Amino acid sequence: MMSDSTTPPAPGRFRRFRESDFFYAFTRSPVAMASFAVVALLVLSSLLAPLIAPYNPFDPASLNLMNGFTAPLAPNAFTGESFLMGTDDQGRDVFSTILYGMRISLFVGFAAVLFAMVLGITLGLLSGYFGGWVETIIMRAADIQLTFPSILVAMLIFGVAKGVTPVEYRDEMAIWVLIFAIGLSDWVQFARVVRGATLVEQGKDYVAAARLIGQRPTTIMIRHILPNVLSPVLVIATISLALAIIAEATLSFLGVGAPPTQPSLGTLIRIGQGYLFSGEWWILFFPACTLLALALSVNLLGDWLRDALNPRLK
Amino acid sequence: MLAFIIRRVGQSLLVLMIVGLVAFSMFRFVGDPIDNMLGQERTIEDVERLRGQLGLDQPFVVQYYRFLEGAVQGNFGVSYRQGRPVADIIFERAPATLELAAVSGILAVLFGIGLGVFTAIRRDGIAANVIMATSLIGVSLPTFLIGILLIYLFSVELGWLPSFGRGETVRLGGWWTTGFLTESGLRALILPSITLGLYQMTLIMRLVRSEMLEVLRQDYIRFARARGIRERVVNFRHALKNTMVPVVTVIGLQLGSIIAFAIITETVFQWPGVGLLFINAIQFVDIPVMAAYLMLISVMFVGINLLVDILYVFIDPRLRIDSSGGK
Repeated sequence: MMSDSTTPPAPGRFRRFRESDFFYAFTRSPVAMASFAVVALLVLSSLLAPLIAPYNPFDPASLNLMNGFTAPLAPNAFTGESFLMGTDDQGRDVFSTILYGMRISLFVGFAAVLFAMVLGITLGLLSGYFGGWVETIIMRAADIQLTFPSILVAMLIFGVAKGVTPVEYRDEMAIWVLIFAIGLSDWVQFARVVRGATLVEQGKDYVAAARLIGQRPTTIMIRHILPNVLSPVLVIATISLALAIIAEATLSFLGVGAPPTQPSLGTLIRIGQGYLFSGEWWILFFPACTLLALALSVNLLGDWLRDALNPRLK
Repeated sequence: MLAFIIRRVGQSLLVLMIVGLVAFSMFRFVGDPIDNMLGQERTIEDVERLRGQLGLDQPFVVQYYRFLEGAVQGNFGVSYRQGRPVADIIFERAPATLELAAVSGILAVLFGIGLGVFTAIRRDGIAANVIMATSLIGVSLPTFLIGILLIYLFSVELGWLPSFGRGETVRLGGWWTTGFLTESGLRALILPSITLGLYQMTLIMRLVRSEMLEVLRQDYIRFARARGIRERVVNFRHALKNTMVPVVTVIGLQLGSIIAFAIITETVFQWPGVGLLFINAIQFVDIPVMAAYLMLISVMFVGINLLVDILYVFIDPRLRIDSSGGK
């Protein structure tokens, strides 16, 4: 839908957003605002990690092994330096590794959801629009995949992809393999919803009109049907993001995800678990709390979004 | 009814064939099996001989057929990493996983249904609200964090329970090892089974609660109360029974997930089961183990799905009437 041509588009759109039911519902929900604030804070701080982080944990020159296992806010016995959240075994500042780790977690999460979304929307549109054997094949595949928990599917895809990549590239490729695996394990939801919505939309007059004036199926699907099926997709995308972040953390924690050279939050927790018994709790505690805050706030935001965009609840 | 069952069995077999194809393709195309079996020192004759022996020079369809034939007989080839038949390794590890899954499944079902009924009946009570709020956190917490939290509380801080392994096990019959019969085995089971069952318990609880709330609003419940039937009988005989169709579906499907999520729990607690084996197989790209695990778990999942579908017919009498024509 285009904005009115007599008003300048940018302020018009902004005002329309300000005055929308959606925005009103948002300002009425403390949970939504709080979780949005947490998500925004975490995303921003991971984007600005190079500016905020006191150290660059991937720069060997900034590391001092003597700083290893420094407790939070306590001066180190050898160097006298102190760190907000302490240091890990290699003397890396935990706060900095969390900022950089969250970057990787969020990047993998967003990229995986984007991949799942593009794949799911494409397959959903195709099967909804064409029906017939296209639909049968795609939806059968979706059914079969849905029989298995997605984390298991992601693990299998990761394992196979790891087997296919040459040994010397495995660490470098791990992040991309992870995105591929999580994305591929999560397309079914999108495809199902888009297919359902497409089936409804395609019986409407505007699609028939578009067909009559001789537009190609691709154009009809992308320009006409797609914009009308996007709102449920947005909800699924938010919930998928929380799931993808947890899936990534789980895989990395299990040692089949982000490598120690590019640690995500899950990898950091995996590293920290090793020091649980020796009393260095902070190496585990802070990454775990960050992951929890991230997953919980995205989850709550998704829940709220689902209710807010659901016309039946209005 | 019979036609329905036959059709469902047919569909399940088709799914298994497809999964078999995936597993076989993994085995065949990810890395060269010959490369993995023969070391650096090898001659072209060796390679050719082994290729012939393994039947790798046969057409694809023949190889696929042989793979399925082997899989049905429990022959999944030899692990690249351990050099032993995969079937032996899995058999050795299976009891650990099955015992863990059984205990957490029972915990999840018992507590899930119990707490679900409780929170539905006392929906405005403080206890019910506390339980519901906690369950929300329980759903959002990743399984491995729950495990770590429990280890921290009960092993590190309190020192009550072991944090890894199965404890002492007793050999039963030919190959089954059980941790049920020793004290250390039972103690070792507590934390992993809670970790594994908690998520499923929360799901079952929330489902039972919402279904119960739905049913308790119906007229026949009000009528039963009006007839003076005791509250306990109304709640359990009349209400709970009618929530069972969706609940059984979810329980059935969750049983499969328990086996899958056991991978995570087993890694956290270093539980020597099939899941830990699978994770190690992925880390070392041990394709035959991965393929075998995939086949086993799909048999389990497809079997459970089939069972749930058939169980429906028995639970819900309405489905029995038109089941011959419908899906």
